[in-house]
Amino acid sequence: MAHHFAILAEGLEKRFGQTQALRGLDLAAEEGTVLGVLGPNGAGKTTAVRILTTLLQPDAGHAEVAGLDVVRHPNQLRALIGLTGQYAAVDEYLTGRENLEMFGRLYHLPKKWARQRADELIERFDLVDAANRTLKTYSGGMRRRLDLAASLIVSPPVLFLDEPTTGLDPRSRIGMWDIIAGLVSDGTTVLLTTQYLEEADQLANQIVVVDGGRVIAKGTADELKTQIGGERLDVTLARGSDINAALRTLGAYSDGEPRVEVERRFISLPIANGARQLPAVVRDLDAAGVRLDDLNLRRPTLDDVFLTLTGHVAEASAGDEMNNAARSERSKEKEEVTA
Amino acid sequence: MSVATNLPAALPRTGATPPRRSRLYWTLSDAWILAKRNLLRIPRIPEELVFSTIQPIMFVVLFRYVFGGAIAIKGTSYVNFLMAGIFVQTVAFGSVSTGIGLAADLQKGIVDRFRSLPMSRSAVLTGRTIADLVRNAFVVLVMLVVGLIVGFRPEGSALGWIAGIGLLLLFGFALSWVGAPIGLLVRNVEAAQSAGFIWLFPLTFASSAFVPTASMPGVLQWFAEHQPVTLVINAVRSFILGQPVGATGWQALAWCVGILLVFIPFSVWAYERRTAR
Repeated sequence: MAHHFAILAEGLEKRFGQTQALRGLDLAAEEGTVLGVLGPNGAGKTTAVRILTTLLQPDAGHAEVAGLDVVRHPNQLRALIGLTGQYAAVDEYLTGRENLEMFGRLYHLPKKWARQRADELIERFDLVDAANRTLKTYSGGMRRRLDLAASLIVSPPVLFLDEPTTGLDPRSRIGMWDIIAGLVSDGTTVLLTTQYLEEADQLANQIVVVDGGRVIAKGTADELKTQIGGERLDVTLARGSDINAALRTLGAYSDGEPRVEVERRFISLPIANGARQLPAVVRDLDAAGVRLDDLNLRRPTLDDVFLTLTGHVAEASAGDEMNNAARSERSKEKEEVTA
Repeated sequence: MSVATNLPAALPRTGATPPRRSRLYWTLSDAWILAKRNLLRIPRIPEELVFSTIQPIMFVVLFRYVFGGAIAIKGTSYVNFLMAGIFVQTVAFGSVSTGIGLAADLQKGIVDRFRSLPMSRSAVLTGRTIADLVRNAFVVLVMLVVGLIVGFRPEGSALGWIAGIGLLLLFGFALSWVGAPIGLLVRNVEAAQSAGFIWLFPLTFASSAFVPTASMPGVLQWFAEHQPVTLVINAVRSFILGQPVGATGWQALAWCVGILLVFIPFSVWAYERRTAR
């Protein structure tokens, strides 16, 4: 084999009751790179991460992480991976230092080493002032930093970050990106799941787009962007009766199939060289007697990727709704805690 | 923020490797680390312990002064009779916190982190039940002091006390393993709280905790005299009051061992089932 894959998954399948979470998922990440896994809630991202980190057994398929089979050698593998999930999985009633020391001991470091490692990580992650406070007093960004620090105790060669910045403010998000980029430059292989195209864009060498439990597209960020078209033009009409006239006019500029939401009097279309074409679009719409409430030229979002690649808005299945309910419950709890 | 560049390697670069230890060593070490974590939380959330201690204190005061005058006990005072019942009820109610603690950890996602570490898989359960054992011992001590204040005058020997407290804590430990699967099988902390208490009320009240079983009607009396809570209360009572224990001691011990033999595997099964999704 020409490449050394730190993460390799082939044909992973997993079913929960009626929900088929994974339908033959394939993933591969070369050593020292970031693999971005993009997808909406319920796409199977978290299920894939849970299988690759030995928390869950696949129904079918095969996966190796750091050269170890996840089903046959879970114990050896756990010493070589770090996992930071969507919800800061740290103890909020312990201090930052107590958390890190506890996890160090659970990685089976001798007491002295665990303490020393905790001190190092506290310093590197800019938590010195907060080290002896319980996590209840931490901000969301501080918690995520501590959570990430906890998964770096043994400097694992492979790191799994499941939506590491969901719910963070922009400043904390950029801070996390810097930390992750630093780890990768030190040789760590990272699997990063995210709902944000921008995040994958910033960090990932390779991106896979997952929907309905399988990969629907893959490539570099640039390749994906080209695949889904350059820009999007969103138009909201003042009168619903103008829809047909607007569609006729916009059709000349559209770089693909426009999406229409009649009730919202809304049209969205891919457009090439949007900024240059915009004056003409506005003139033509005006000449056709179409009155506008809103006009917006923007970069494509993940939603557009899904619309383009799958032809439908990603739907949450029953199982996902349950997950979402549990999630919102958890995040509610967290809000209470931070408040 | 350029905090993470040049992260040092995990271990001191002295070429040293951590000492090799046996599997049993790590099983015990992991359990104790998680027990310590659970115990550290107690002083950080003092209201939890305070309220779970106030409840039995209220029972002592209410039964001692409100019902005590109306209940005559052969051979000893009512408060002497009452305290063994209070002790056992206290450790039995302590099993609810085992379920609550596990449900809370599952809900918060920290169990996933534990399971992604190279630690012993049993530690989440044993760490919890060991912490609750320590907590029970503390609450029993508080109840003993409260009892002494309201007139509890036990006459058991030192050996009797050791046997009595030992049996008491063993029973509490066994019931923790009954509380564990409840917390593992329900959806959230609130459900763990209510489900954890439901089965305890009939067992602790239809027992010899507060009144002699002889005053109960037929079927209830039969149930009360043969169920484990009564047997443990009777044995603990005899031990600490210095009365002959007879076969009750062995029967109570057998119940504790039997509960552990059934509910430890059941808890492990419930844990695996809950975390396999």
